[in-house]
Amino acid sequence: MNLLRYIIVGFIFGIVLTKAEAVSWYRIYEMFQFQSFHMYGIITVAILTGLVGIQIIKRKQLKDIDGNPIVIQDKEKGNMRYWIGGILFGLGWAMVGACPGPIFILLGAGFWSVGLVLFGAVFGTFLYGLVKDKLPH
Amino acid sequence: MEFISQTWHWAISGFLIGMVMLILNYFGKVFGMSSNLRSLCAMTGIGKKVPFFDWDWKSQRWNLAVVAGAMIGGFVAVHFMSDASNVTLNPKTVEQLATLNIEAPNGKLLPESVFGTAALQSPKMIFILLLGGVLIGFGSRYAGGCTSGHAISGLSNLQLPSLKAVIGFFIGGLLMAHFILPLIF
Repeated sequence: MNLLRYIIVGFIFGIVLTKAEAVSWYRIYEMFQFQSFHMYGIITVAILTGLVGIQIIKRKQLKDIDGNPIVIQDKEKGNMRYWIGGILFGLGWAMVGACPGPIFILLGAGFWSVGLVLFGAVFGTFLYGLVKDKLPH
Repeated sequence: MEFISQTWHWAISGFLIGMVMLILNYFGKVFGMSSNLRSLCAMTGIGKKVPFFDWDWKSQRWNLAVVAGAMIGGFVAVHFMSDASNVTLNPKTVEQLATLNIEAPNGKLLPESVFGTAALQSPKMIFILLLGGVLIGFGSRYAGGCTSGHAISGLSNLQLPSLKAVIGFFIGGLLMAHFILPLIF
């Protein structure tokens, strides 16, 4: 498997998220205070770009780089997991002002204390794996 | 070169993030960052004891490569593409932060008072960073995705489950930002 193309896409992603300041604790705080359109603008335009692209992929039945049809699986149906999991995630997102992408990007940029957040996030993922069968989904 | 070092406009940034997702679709993959946390767990071999991590993380190596690239991208952007004009917040936000004893950004991405070496002398700050991480890790796996997987990939594919998750993200985020952060800072 050629990983280089994924490293390049990731590299662009890291630069864009940093230069958009979506990795900034301050921007997340400002967003949740409704004091700037910046983050809402980023998220909205990203979704609209994706929406147009996915419609083109589906209507023209485009093929991927290996010649297979591009199939984007639907998310599983459910209620509890999305509401409760979503709220827990949101609490963490606003608490440390970073979501998983930015955690990795900030660590790469040399903000070592974000390593604590990453450690917590890996541990939280582990905890979910441990208790998953006891949770409503 | 000013357009590179200043804050990138939200429209350009949003478009590029959407393109990153579409390029990964073209590579036959789905954009989502939090599943890398599951890979990191699975890599330790814990799958022998916890079945959720008994999965083929090697098939997800491509996503770890995206992470590696993103880390290099973050390094390059912070060290070679930044200037003091960055992170210009709403003046109201800056005032509000001062009441929480958090300093104005002045070009910095993260507040020293939360992420700086001095802040990490405080057990409270260490606890906040760890607990925030735990909520992110637990919540994103429970919800089956994070901002990239649900807000960007899911909503652009018109997925109702993703809409529920994203509404949840904002309920949790607003509760934290308006009611809990003022208590803990």
